[in-house]
Amino acid sequence: MNWKFTGDRPVYQQIMAAIRGAILTGELSPGKKVPSVRDLAAEAQVNPNTMQRALTELEREGLLISGGTSGRTVTQDQDVLQAMRKQALEELARECAEKFRVFGLTPRQAAQLLLELEDQKEET
Amino acid sequence: METYALQTQGLSMRYHTALALDGLDLALPQGKIIGLLGPNGSGKTTLIKLAAGLLTPTAGTITVCGEKIGTGSKALVSYLPDRTYFSRQQKIRELLDLFQDFYPDFDRVRAEQMLAALGISQEARLKTLSKGNQEKVQLVLVMSRRAKLYLLDEPIGGVDPAARDYILNTIITNYDPTATVVISTHLIADVERVLDEFVFLYQGKVVRRGIADETREETGKSLDELFREVFKCLPNC
Repeated sequence: MNWKFTGDRPVYQQIMAAIRGAILTGELSPGKKVPSVRDLAAEAQVNPNTMQRALTELEREGLLISGGTSGRTVTQDQDVLQAMRKQALEELARECAEKFRVFGLTPRQAAQLLLELEDQKEET
Repeated sequence: METYALQTQGLSMRYHTALALDGLDLALPQGKIIGLLGPNGSGKTTLIKLAAGLLTPTAGTITVCGEKIGTGSKALVSYLPDRTYFSRQQKIRELLDLFQDFYPDFDRVRAEQMLAALGISQEARLKTLSKGNQEKVQLVLVMSRRAKLYLLDEPIGGVDPAARDYILNTIITNYDPTATVVISTHLIADVERVLDEFVFLYQGKVVRRGIADETREETGKSLDELFREVFKCLPNC
């Protein structure tokens, strides 16, 4: 998992984003067991309390399922997974739009650029 | 009433004319990793030494898990001093024996495993180890006790970044969730990821304290940035 943290955002939120990312890329597949809080905290070099909080929040979102003593697993609920994917893509789109706006491009003009990029790829 | 890992009321410490702690009121909860942060001379080491029972306060009270400072409190506290008190001639095995004799809560097996993982021989003498390894040995000993309050005075001063990572990892993987770890340092950027809470100390007083993640959310700044901002405008630091 990509454990890189910046200082300007709560660490637990950054952990949540990293775990969502791992689920999106398939590194953590649906139904798979999530490592223990202690192991994850050691891996990410963060406070176990912070890791606990991030996992609890993801449980509340329904993305992780608490299995009591047997640990947590990634949900297999397709609705929840689709919703997360949609949300992540929308967020990415928003960020991109924001970056293009700095250069004075509207989302429509930006989309045009993306299409051109795709055409170039096909040519080569 | 909640019992605090460390609680002070009106705590003052004067060395001749210098006032190191000035009427400090502080209550640190149990089960947290807390950063005691401040510039040099802000009173960090003095507070830790008072909590460890190495100094007697000029005024005020201080308790550890509700216990007055004394034999009872010392049994609960595992203290890493800012400089070593071991003889450089001692072998690592002798240090393990020493800790086993002194502290009933010392988990020797755990300490031996950690030393083995570091590749440090028990027959080696302290003086033959590098500075980084000497610091690691001390931390291994201190963190192998099952204490209620760990007081770590500058645990990452003067070691390379890899050793720093190792030390922080040792802290977060070894502490038990009911214990509190107080880490004093001015190297904030290095420790801030592992902190639950922080206390900014300046001229013997608390100038700011908070929950690390909440503060990052409120200010949009890292603790390191906040520290630079808070202490930039204060004189003599």
